[in-house]
Amino acid sequence: MTILGFLIPLALLMGLLGLGTFFWAMRSGQFEDLDGAANRILLDEDQGDGPP
Amino acid sequence: MNAHVADLEPAAEPCTDSRFTVPGIRCAGCIGKIERGLSQLPGVAAARVNFSAKRVAVSHNAQITDDDLIEALRELGFEAERAAENPLARDDAETKRLLRALAVAGFGMMNIMLLSVSVWSGAEGLTRELFHWLSAIIAVPVVAYAGRPFFASAAMALRYRRTNMDVPISIGVLLATGLSIYETLTGGEHAYFDGAVMLLFFLLAGRVLDAVMRGRARSGIAALLGRMGRGAHVLEENGGTQWVAAEGLRPGMTMLVAAGEALAADGEIEAGETTIDASMLTGESEPRACRAGDAVHAGMINLGAPVRVRVTAVADDTVLADIARLMDEAGQSRSRYVRIAERAARLYAPAVHSLALLAFAGWMLAGAGWHQSILIAVAVLIITCPCALGLAVPAAQVAASGALMRRGLLIKDGSALERLAEVDRALFDKTGTLTLGEPRPIDLSFLGPEDRAIALALAQASRHPLSKGLARSLRMGGVQPALLEGVGEEAGTGVRGNFGTEAVALLRPEGVLAGLAVDLVRDGRRQTIAFSDPLRSDVRATLSDLSGQGIESAILSGDRKEAVRGVAEALGIAGEGGLQPSDKLCRLEALAARGHRALMIGDGLNDGPALAGAHVSIAPGSASDVSQQAADAVFVGEKLMPVADAVRTARRTMKVVRQNFAFAVLYNVFAVPLAFLGHVTPLVAAIAMSGSSLVVVANSLRLARSER
Repeated sequence: MTILGFLIPLALLMGLLGLGTFFWAMRSGQFEDLDGAANRILLDEDQGDGPP
Repeated sequence: MNAHVADLEPAAEPCTDSRFTVPGIRCAGCIGKIERGLSQLPGVAAARVNFSAKRVAVSHNAQITDDDLIEALRELGFEAERAAENPLARDDAETKRLLRALAVAGFGMMNIMLLSVSVWSGAEGLTRELFHWLSAIIAVPVVAYAGRPFFASAAMALRYRRTNMDVPISIGVLLATGLSIYETLTGGEHAYFDGAVMLLFFLLAGRVLDAVMRGRARSGIAALLGRMGRGAHVLEENGGTQWVAAEGLRPGMTMLVAAGEALAADGEIEAGETTIDASMLTGESEPRACRAGDAVHAGMINLGAPVRVRVTAVADDTVLADIARLMDEAGQSRSRYVRIAERAARLYAPAVHSLALLAFAGWMLAGAGWHQSILIAVAVLIITCPCALGLAVPAAQVAASGALMRRGLLIKDGSALERLAEVDRALFDKTGTLTLGEPRPIDLSFLGPEDRAIALALAQASRHPLSKGLARSLRMGGVQPALLEGVGEEAGTGVRGNFGTEAVALLRPEGVLAGLAVDLVRDGRRQTIAFSDPLRSDVRATLSDLSGQGIESAILSGDRKEAVRGVAEALGIAGEGGLQPSDKLCRLEALAARGHRALMIGDGLNDGPALAGAHVSIAPGSASDVSQQAADAVFVGEKLMPVADAVRTARRTMKVVRQNFAFAVLYNVFAVPLAFLGHVTPLVAAIAMSGSSLVVVANSLRLARSER
């Protein structure tokens, strides 16, 4: 049963990691333009598409 | 929203961010074209397109003004408008708060469930106690964070001595958590942490769906807004002009109003002679001639030559403000409408409370002791908690509004769908609603193919409404523009250019009052193209579709009586013309007094009060800002059919909502006796809750499928 002492914190840590990532993604505007991201992949050149 | 632009800023000069609404962004090509085109301009640090919101955020320094950027966008082929100062920020924040709560509840639910499954499958003694403790450590902060939206709303309701759906939810969650903590402390057998957190998760999912639906439609509408006079070019003392937003205009200023622009304030023409389109205010379709000394009002559109207008009244004093006041009063009747979920909650909440109380009292009388009795009462509260009810309405409405959005109709909120399902009368405005609201050429057949190509090339170069209508008709006829050289627009007269060696032009017909027409001139030979405002192509089909659904249609218009009678007779419906905004409101009130539920469809400012006062209202995407804001839904495009589709979908949605309610009641009929008898363990509660929620969501998703 000692394995539980390792697995449970690990599971919680990974859950928290996912939660933290979601919060970060929301704060940094990852969900602002979902359709745009789908379309940007079709652009050939990436000039003007971000910082050089 | 600022993040992208801020990230890209070079360190050099201080940059300001400007936002523009660009409704014409449709494809990946547009994104590339705009971003590349704008970032090549001197003074622009970065440009970023938000495709979903149809906006462009530009980070630029003082070298380049907003007007230059709009002009640059126009040269790239996109109509652009300044976007208002993020009007949706408040709604966005609300959705984000709910999403965060949902994420936290989801995290808690999964981890607690992980531990609970081990307990259910037979963990005993120390292991079970450890797992209960771990669950408690996770659940308490999660409930405190994710439960806030419910606790706050319940507290608010209780403060006003009322009860809503959130009261039983809050009591259920708090009691279950409190009891589970007690069980954990005393080493008891069952803890309900999983039930409490799962309840929060499912209910939050319903709330998020509701908020997302509102947010999506609003951002769609915000992209359409802002085509009206939101400001003006004001003449300064040194002879230059400066753009001033509508709020910044003061009486005594002089506005320069270009052809095609809308007036942002009431005023008096100082210099110039022009024709004015007042259809937004009066519904009158014929443009009217105006010269120096004539009064003009905010919302009117200058069709002819540029004029100078001295501002006489702004903001609250304009004719617009009178209409706004009428709208305020009319809108109050609608705020009394009670949504179906609230009606259900009014019956449901007291029933749940008394059931739980009854269970507690019953078991006390039977001699089960405090602990056992409270446990059973909590089980009753959890199992009857309106998980399925909380999801029943938003899930169906989100599915339906998504389906309608694909067909070009944006619904602002769920209550609009509910009211739309109840209508039995449809009242249409004429100009801009039954008709396109844009001038289109009546007949182009007398033009040769070369004439058409030249006309298109000339019309494309101008922003005048007649040119736009001509270009659109020609393009729909498959005409390719001719290659012209030296095309230039002379404000007030027309567009000129050279076709090879031949001088060609689109000019205003001689004589100001020649009606709506332009002359195509080729080497001195004039051909007059007459314009009218045609009916939308599917008006008849829409009206017969509506009457097939048992809805009687009629026209209420501010236009001349003869014009209205002509259209009404052609369409075979009743029609009334020459109505003031307050008259329209009176007609609606008379209908309501006779027990009818009216759907108002209109676009003009003069329809504003009627749109706000009707049981439910729809405005076309070309309508004025005020009308779009007053209406419950907005349809885009040239077809009227979305109106009939909306009613049909709304009725189907309400059918699904009722099915969902029926299912929730049926579920309770089976679950409550179980809980009453004390057979509901945390395991049973978890299965029952997620099972019922899944059934409700699946039933609602049928709406999205059948509408495809």
